[in-house]
Amino acid sequence: MLSKSQARTFFLGGTVVTFLVFIGLTVYSFMPSNDQTNHELIDHQVVRGKELWENNNCMGCHTIMGEGGYYAPELTKVVERRGEAYIKAVMQSPVPWGPRGRKMVKYEMNDEDTEAMIAYLKWIGGIDLNGFDRVVSPLAKDKK
Amino acid sequence: MKYQSQKVAYWFFGLCMLLFALQIVYGFIMGFARIGIDGLHDFIPFNAARAVHTNLLVVWLLTGFMGAAYYIIPEEAQRELVSVKWAYVQLISLAVVGVAAIVGYHFNWWEGRKFLEIPRELDYLVVVNVLLFLGLILATLYKGKRRTTTALVLTMGLVFAALLYLPGMIWFDSQVTDSFFRWWVVHLWVEGVWELIMGGILSYLLIKLTGVDREVIEKWLYVIVGLTFLSGLLGTGHHYYYIGVNKIWLIVGGIFSALEPLAFLAMALFAVYMYRKGEKSHPNKIALYWTIGASIVSFVGAGLLGFAHTLPQTNIYTHGTLVTAMHGHYAFWGAYAMIVLAIISYSLPNMTGRKLYDSARGHAAFWFANVGMLGMTVAFGVAGVAQVYLERKLKMEFMEVQNEIQVHFVVLLLCATLFATGITLYIIEFIKYGKPTDEALIKE
Repeated sequence: MLSKSQARTFFLGGTVVTFLVFIGLTVYSFMPSNDQTNHELIDHQVVRGKELWENNNCMGCHTIMGEGGYYAPELTKVVERRGEAYIKAVMQSPVPWGPRGRKMVKYEMNDEDTEAMIAYLKWIGGIDLNGFDRVVSPLAKDKK
Repeated sequence: MKYQSQKVAYWFFGLCMLLFALQIVYGFIMGFARIGIDGLHDFIPFNAARAVHTNLLVVWLLTGFMGAAYYIIPEEAQRELVSVKWAYVQLISLAVVGVAAIVGYHFNWWEGRKFLEIPRELDYLVVVNVLLFLGLILATLYKGKRRTTTALVLTMGLVFAALLYLPGMIWFDSQVTDSFFRWWVVHLWVEGVWELIMGGILSYLLIKLTGVDREVIEKWLYVIVGLTFLSGLLGTGHHYYYIGVNKIWLIVGGIFSALEPLAFLAMALFAVYMYRKGEKSHPNKIALYWTIGASIVSFVGAGLLGFAHTLPQTNIYTHGTLVTAMHGHYAFWGAYAMIVLAIISYSLPNMTGRKLYDSARGHAAFWFANVGMLGMTVAFGVAGVAQVYLERKLKMEFMEVQNEIQVHFVVLLLCATLFATGITLYIIEFIKYGKPTDEALIKE
């Protein structure tokens, strides 16, 4: 029968080994040769877009790469799906955007911030998501 | 109650009750918004309600864990807390930071990162607060007469939880890197170190409630937390399938997250077996219900419902849908909310000296809350599966689908009302116990 010290060894040993493998896989994931994100395309506009995304907690309603609030549409391929003009209209709308009755917060963004948001969403749209982009964004897929 | 300083726990548990009640209010705001009743939109838009709802969950659970530690550690270490005064300072500062964060969310002051919305300025205060808490717990353990496995596992969970908060404070230009390390905090908390905390509290409660030998219980505690880390660390990979990192996570995450239910299964079997093996019939039946209930519901919610959509072949369809909300609600409820309610139910009679062990209100609270949460989980599940089919197989538009599944949120709200009734009864019971008293020291 298992003793307490053997149980402790199982806990400590298992934890250390899996932790080391986890760190190794993390390093492997971020090696430049394994980049799936077009990291070199991240410019100041994309970074500004990410700041706006976070400062306005867009993820509290929308999802991006499948992560978010499940209350408003997934935005992973939104530029392909809707086009830049539509996104601009939503971002700069003087009244809460509310298609089919579900209201969005009114942002009334200026041109500069709107362009940053579009740049950010475009960059997101170019990421290789291991096939998820084909499932989550059928309209974008159908356009191809 | 054996030590006077254990009374500190009562005030942490009181704060828990307050925050939990508020969390439910914001849950209702979100539920009504989903069926088109969103009159509060101008003041509390959905993203604010959601941030408050999820952050209150995290804060009240952490408050509960801290209260549990302040109650358990003196008994395990066989000495008073090193400083009661500083424990109260820690409680008040925790409440102030929490309130500041929640108020801030209503004024667009947040980070907009799911579960980690607390603004950076407050993050630093959280770190100071947690360091103070850990300092008090570690110093008490260090000066204590004994160091038990239960106390060590509980403390290890709390220390790792604090350390893992740090990766969430780093800014990344890339959304992918940001998401990757955000899961270091969120996943490794809820499917890693929080399970240590849960295991520590569960172990303490089983020792007290069943009378089974400590050595036997603590041996199995090691096995359970071993299984937790063995599966949970690499199981983080199930969050990395579709966020723009290497395909290797599809294999690693798939295999190890499929093993994650084992830790919860072990915990459920452990609790039920110890209960059966125990010869002691503790009069605090309510605490026993919450304890055994936590171990079983956590297996169903975190283990089985997690497994239901963890394999990459399934997750590619369910990722980013209400199926996740189904799993999330039952998992958090079973694994963490119920264990906090269990330690509160166990410690209240000991701190106040009032033995309301087996009241009808206490039982009603348990069953109403559990049946209500089960109903909510089913409603989320049905809505989620319908969403997956309509949106990802039939390729319908997001809002078209949302209108189709709206009826399930009516059911959700009805079940949530039952759940809220149960929690209201629990809070009434908490208030009925009254405040802790030194007289309880003599009665123990």
